[in-house]
Amino acid sequence: MQKNEVTSLSALSLAGLIKAKKIGVREAAEAFLSAAKNGRPRHNTFISVCEDGEVFQQADAVQKKLNAGEELSPLAGVPIALKDNICTVGLPATCASKMLKNFTPVYDATAVQRLKAAGLVVIGKLNMDEFAMGGSSETGVFGAVKNPWNTACVAGGSSGGSAAAVAAAEIPVALGSDTGGSIRQPCSFCGVSGIKPTYGAVSRYGLIAYASSLDQIGPIARDIDDCAALLHLISGADGRDATCTLEKPLAFNREIPQNLSGLKIGIPKNYFSDGIESDVQSAVLNAAKQFKAAKANVDEFIMPLTEYTVPAYYVIAAAEASSNLSRYDGIKYGFKSENAKTLREVYQMSRSEGFGEEVKRRIMLGSFVLSSGYYDAFYKKAMQTRALIKAEFAKLFDSYDIILAPVAPTTAYKIGQNIHDPIKMYMGDIYTVSVNLAGLPAVSLPCGFDKRAMPIGLQLIGKAFSEQKLITAAKYFQKITDWHTKKPGGEK
Amino acid sequence: MKYETVIGIEVHAELNTQSKIFCGCPNAFGAVPNTHICPICSGQPGALPKLNEAVVECAVRLGLALSCKIAKKCNFDRKNYFYPDLPKAYQISQLYFPICTDGFLEIQTTNTPKRIGIREIHIEEDAGKLKLASLGRATQADLNRAGVPLLEIVTQPDFESGEEVIAFIERLREIMLYLDICDCKMQEGSLRADINLSLKQKDGELGTRTETKNLNSLKAVLRAVQYETARQAEILAKGGMVTQQTRRWDDEKAVSHPMRSKENAQDYRYFPEPDLPPLYISDGQIKKLSKSLPEFAHHKRRRFTQELGISPSAAEIICKSKNIAELFEAVAEGSGNSVEAANLITGDILRLIGEKGLDPEKICLDAAKLTSLIDMVTSGKINRGVYKEAVEAVFLHDADPTAYITQKGLFAVCDDALIRAAVTEAISKNPQAAADYTAGKEKAFACLMGQAMKHLSGKADPAAVRKMLVEVLKENV
Repeated sequence: MQKNEVTSLSALSLAGLIKAKKIGVREAAEAFLSAAKNGRPRHNTFISVCEDGEVFQQADAVQKKLNAGEELSPLAGVPIALKDNICTVGLPATCASKMLKNFTPVYDATAVQRLKAAGLVVIGKLNMDEFAMGGSSETGVFGAVKNPWNTACVAGGSSGGSAAAVAAAEIPVALGSDTGGSIRQPCSFCGVSGIKPTYGAVSRYGLIAYASSLDQIGPIARDIDDCAALLHLISGADGRDATCTLEKPLAFNREIPQNLSGLKIGIPKNYFSDGIESDVQSAVLNAAKQFKAAKANVDEFIMPLTEYTVPAYYVIAAAEASSNLSRYDGIKYGFKSENAKTLREVYQMSRSEGFGEEVKRRIMLGSFVLSSGYYDAFYKKAMQTRALIKAEFAKLFDSYDIILAPVAPTTAYKIGQNIHDPIKMYMGDIYTVSVNLAGLPAVSLPCGFDKRAMPIGLQLIGKAFSEQKLITAAKYFQKITDWHTKKPGGEK
Repeated sequence: MKYETVIGIEVHAELNTQSKIFCGCPNAFGAVPNTHICPICSGQPGALPKLNEAVVECAVRLGLALSCKIAKKCNFDRKNYFYPDLPKAYQISQLYFPICTDGFLEIQTTNTPKRIGIREIHIEEDAGKLKLASLGRATQADLNRAGVPLLEIVTQPDFESGEEVIAFIERLREIMLYLDICDCKMQEGSLRADINLSLKQKDGELGTRTETKNLNSLKAVLRAVQYETARQAEILAKGGMVTQQTRRWDDEKAVSHPMRSKENAQDYRYFPEPDLPPLYISDGQIKKLSKSLPEFAHHKRRRFTQELGISPSAAEIICKSKNIAELFEAVAEGSGNSVEAANLITGDILRLIGEKGLDPEKICLDAAKLTSLIDMVTSGKINRGVYKEAVEAVFLHDADPTAYITQKGLFAVCDDALIRAAVTEAISKNPQAAADYTAGKEKAFACLMGQAMKHLSGKADPAAVRKMLVEVLKENV
């Protein structure tokens, strides 16, 4: 089989051929290694690609187990790449920051441990916004990720490298992380599928923290089936993460219902007013019509508190980030300023020189909202808002199984276009952050293209731990549509 | 002008759990630097804390012992500050909802006992340690202590003197030793106290307080209280104002120096720890733990004096250590002679522990062996000198008393004929002394006694020898 034939396969198809001995694990790894290396200069997707020998060693070990008849998992033998904020032994985990440019973890994240045990082959680490702070994958020290659909455009963020690499067939599946939309929005911008799991479904052990109460690791792939297969492998309780409360892994099955009769879908109609691009609006509403045609009950409602979600999110996320990122102090690991002479200088200079603009903005914002005298006015109020948002969602899920919404108000914009306008950037998170504040699961699916031929994403939101329901609806949608099968132009 | 001293203290106790509070690293003092560390306690990116349940148990048990309310639900908070011994740059602690609140502990420095209020007990993690390197000017961080579990016990401002503070710490120490949750060594830093002190005029308002840190012994606590009381009184007497500040005690020079004042106080930016879910404690758990509480020293003291009839001063000494109190009780029970048992413990046993520099909590003695020695000495089978020697042999070598005494031939001579022979020989070889005694010189008796004992190689019961000597002297008249 030709290398480009191998890379055009979905992860589950590839695993099927590997299992049937039609493709070797090493052959699959080789194909994606070269796709990753070729894609790197074009899309700036990979921060690090593993040495060939190292990958082959992993691949051969998996092959040996498969040959011995071991049932590893439905994705055994499939290559994978990880967002560069997920720790793996021996590979740098830079978080796209000068601060961690030379930092190599001494342990594997729980998700990585599980993937390795399931026979997936790690081939590299993917570009992102610095410390996952951003919505365009432009803030990292390694430069902007380029959207495979138009390399002048951003890939979205912060898991832009993961989404772009999947879109460009540089990797069949990838892990991203989602704190305020960081899986869903780049999936939307790059025309691929992704799942932001319920908070507590996937262990965060080994995910370099941005905002601990919001962060979740999740899968990104070309279709929802691949995402579901991957989520099955990484989800479920972990003794190393006290906030990972889901006892058993989420089940993976490949059944698709005949129709969606009985499924109650709600559409927040106030999401389709200010600021949303008309192409995005019509594509998403069109998707709603398709669900209706499949006998789902589709209904409209007003999403309350919408204007408070972005401010509440940025207060809470920044507060937690200011604390989480304090450990980068130039003492134990990471960047240390050469100019520093005193302890105070080590702290001040290392952090001033080691962090980028956006990260510093959020550290300062977070430190401010937690400082004495301001805590009640900002952090406490934001936490109260968060509780209200959570309660509102709970009420909504009395009436609906799924909330159908756009992922982002726009499609991918030009690199550099919004980077100096943080408020505009933050408002781009309006449809995604409430999901994190409430700890809910959501999937992001391609649902069309705008007039510039850039992909548009659809978001399905469910109640906590209702991933199965979301996945089933998403599978059905991908059965009756072909948006997810479209490949970026000029890419073979 | 006369002022009243108002003192509240914060005691930090390092718990003696097997592993650290949020990871599986061993919790041990004195290891090679940075050998008891892992990604979690060294603050590696991506690592997360997992609460050690044993720490919760320690906190609840201490809370129960101090009559606290135990929270059904409590939370952890982050205290943020930069320091090279704090790898995450925040300490996980409990600010908003501590595990135990509203307790008290009774102390006695005068005739009337006094209750000291416990405001709260909270769980937190310790930081590492900084050491000046022997070469060059670098400071090195040792993170072995980072993540060692701590309980912070915060009292109400109920103390009026340093003596009261000391009494409180001693009582608290005793309770923690009985609970076996902390080894309470102030010198090693496993027990640390900070003192908040202010002065107020009679019926006046509370003055500005200072906090004194770095107190490594009870003596230092006492001296620091006296120093700070005098320092503040002097300022006030001159019409000055006390500055709210944190001070560091220098024990060598017996003075304290300001560390930081209110103006440049750190803003710790506390907020709820998102990596740890709320901690729930069930009634069942509390019930189970309250059943596991030992009988504490003050109960034991009362029982030992009232029921076993030993002196209050002996009970005081014996009950300082749970292990020693238990040893005493076993020996008292076995021998049926609690006064003799108390004398043995407060005398030879504690003397030997002191001489050998041992930890009373750690020593392990066979109560049955001590019991048999008491039986032997009270029944006259051995004399006091042999008794003392045999006690030492049991203490040092876990010797078997009967075998030891037999082997050395130290059993008392009980045969009246032998004693009579020895006494007779003593008289016949010292006729002058015998004559002096008969002439009314009591002093001469001691000389004859000594000679008689010498003939018996010191192995006879002196009382029996004395009796025989009197008898034979009478016969000789």
